[in-house]
Amino acid sequence: MTRIYLPQDAAALALGAEAVLRALRAEAARRGVVLEVVRTGSRGAVWLEPLLEVETAEGRIGYGPVRAGDVAGLLDAGMLEGGAHPLRIGRPDEHPWFAGQTRLTFARCGVVDPSSAGDYVAHGGFAGLAKALAMSGEAIVDEVKLSGLRGRGGAGFPTGIKWNTVRLAEGGRKYVVCNADEGDSGTFADRMLMEGDPFLLIEGMAIAGVAVGATKGYVYTRSEYPHAVRAMRAAILAARRAGWLGENIRGSGHAFDMEVRVGAGAYICGEETSLLNSLEGKRGVVRAKPPLPAIEGLFGKPTVVNNVLSFAAVPWIMEHGAKAYADFGTGRSLGTLAVQIAGNVRRGGLVELPFGLPLRAVIEEWGGGTATGRPFRAVQVGGPLGAYFPESLLDTPMDYEAFARAGGLLGHGGVTVFDDSVDLSRQARFAFEFCAAESCGKCTPCRIGAVRGVEVIDRITAGVETAKNFAVLDDLLEVMTDASLCAMGGLTPVPVGSALKHFPEDFDATARRLPEAAE
Amino acid sequence: MLPILHALQERFGCVPHEAVPLVAEALNLSRAEVHGVVTFYHDYRATPPGRHVLKLCRAEACQAMGAEALSAGLMRRLGLEWHGTTADGSLTLEPAFCLGLCACAPAALLDGEPMAQLDDLALDRVVAEAQRA
Ligand SMILES: Cc1cc2nc3c(=O)[nH]c(=O)nc-3n(C[C@H](O)[C@H](O)[C@H](O)COP(=O)(O)O)c2cc1C
Ligand code: SF4
Ligand code: FES
Repeated sequence: MTRIYLPQDAAALALGAEAVLRALRAEAARRGVVLEVVRTGSRGAVWLEPLLEVETAEGRIGYGPVRAGDVAGLLDAGMLEGGAHPLRIGRPDEHPWFAGQTRLTFARCGVVDPSSAGDYVAHGGFAGLAKALAMSGEAIVDEVKLSGLRGRGGAGFPTGIKWNTVRLAEGGRKYVVCNADEGDSGTFADRMLMEGDPFLLIEGMAIAGVAVGATKGYVYTRSEYPHAVRAMRAAILAARRAGWLGENIRGSGHAFDMEVRVGAGAYICGEETSLLNSLEGKRGVVRAKPPLPAIEGLFGKPTVVNNVLSFAAVPWIMEHGAKAYADFGTGRSLGTLAVQIAGNVRRGGLVELPFGLPLRAVIEEWGGGTATGRPFRAVQVGGPLGAYFPESLLDTPMDYEAFARAGGLLGHGGVTVFDDSVDLSRQARFAFEFCAAESCGKCTPCRIGAVRGVEVIDRITAGVETAKNFAVLDDLLEVMTDASLCAMGGLTPVPVGSALKHFPEDFDATARRLPEAAE
Repeated sequence: MLPILHALQERFGCVPHEAVPLVAEALNLSRAEVHGVVTFYHDYRATPPGRHVLKLCRAEACQAMGAEALSAGLMRRLGLEWHGTTADGSLTLEPAFCLGLCACAPAALLDGEPMAQLDDLALDRVVAEAQRA
């Protein structure tokens, strides 16, 4: 019997993993070979998906990207013994695209069976929680503080400081809430982790619960992620059965349990206070801060709200120590960042790297340049509220402060690449359109300003009273930046302003690059 | 309340207006509160969709791979706007803003199943298959 590993990550499914499985089963039956197929998550090389792996005497040998039509040929070439074939990539860990990464958070993703608590433990899982169970809440929080871990959801707030506020808050019941809403376009790390290594998130949240004295956790994710929802729910059941969740975790006397809640298609529900309202069954309207969620969060109780990747970084930190984590990275951006390479790139996917690598390396070395083969023109980093950078800013290192200095933001680590057919006036218009559609409606600059923004850009690109409308646009951006309650309205000027600043020619109605001219 | 609304939509394909007073009573809330929640979230439909639902991504990574022309072309060929349903009731077209499939764009969900690297041909195949089943 031969063991095969085949991802069922949503991206692998989208690229035909099920058809590959059907072909494999049919061919195996025809040839009288017995296969054991383990479904994994993705290792993150979306450009190699479906990435099929075979267990051989020399370890796991990968083949990708495999299409159903390749299966017979692969078997003919002796794939089951690791035979040579143009799609063979060798041992994935040794392939340069993976070997050059620093996989701390994503070490198991794509390797383990995400439905098996036993497999997780066999790959070193729950070591961090086991350690934490024997520590005081204060000691856990100190370790997280010392690691320098900053929230991976976008704002980059120090995780340990947040946890300490909740730990010290009075209030009886406390909650741990995972922000798995991942609404930023160009990002998929949370999804990949929940589908490929859901126990890591469970472990991170349980450690948070033990640290701050909370016994109940929620994972709030989006309805666009049905596969992640299923994987998360199955893992929670399995963790409970194995005693890693429940009234008395592994006999430690600590209680922690959790459940998954699904949103309903509202980008703003990724903002933490809107998320809490949504969890309470209300409209996802943003709450004014203060009070901070750490003091008055879910149902008015002290609540830790962190991104999936913030929680998922903690088990490694607990196991290997804060110092080891802080040894990666640069300046005040410590540890690793899950960079998601998206859009018009040849080799899209997720790469985990220490902070500080230049954006250019991400796009050119890992991403391999544009998918269309046309010249690069712009990159948007940090989701729909992130800046558009031109070629001249590609040497910006991937760290929070460097990006802020360059007028952008790292956000959740999404890197969306565009070739020279992009029209930045359309991207700026889209930023306003998106803000208008997704605004929670609480404050005027965001709700009305975004609608006005679309109109003004339309006038500018139509060449109507251009000078006057540029002035209106500048005012609008200033008001939105200064007077919005949250970053939805407050940061929409970032993509718009960066497009204006770096690509003014696209807003020039008289000299506009017509889409035809780019053909 | 969201789990209840999700269950309704799962069962009926939408959250019908008639359901609002029932949900309000069950949760001891006013109808206005329930109505407010239902209308806040983009997912909830007031009327049932076609037999199949295609959620096409309109966000930036998909735009970078031609999503705008792709959806415009499909809408032109079908004579539909966003949220529209074909006359034979086979397919409803809905916009999505990122499906987490940004490294294999342009992407869509067809009845919840992911599709990637879409082109006109692939979408026409979806339309044809939706008509048959
Ligand atoms: C409009 C908007 C959308 C957001 N979307 C997300 C999101 O999808 N996921 C996320 O983790 N944080 C998101 N955030 C940030 C959260 O408000 C919050 O900072 C985060 O959950 C804190 O966790 P962290 O410290 O671990 O990053 C968003 C913020 C805003 C203003
Ligand atoms: S900025 Fe926009 S999304 Fe944020 S609170 Fe104001 S209206 Fe709501
Ligand atoms: S932007 Fe289309 S799937 Fe993410």
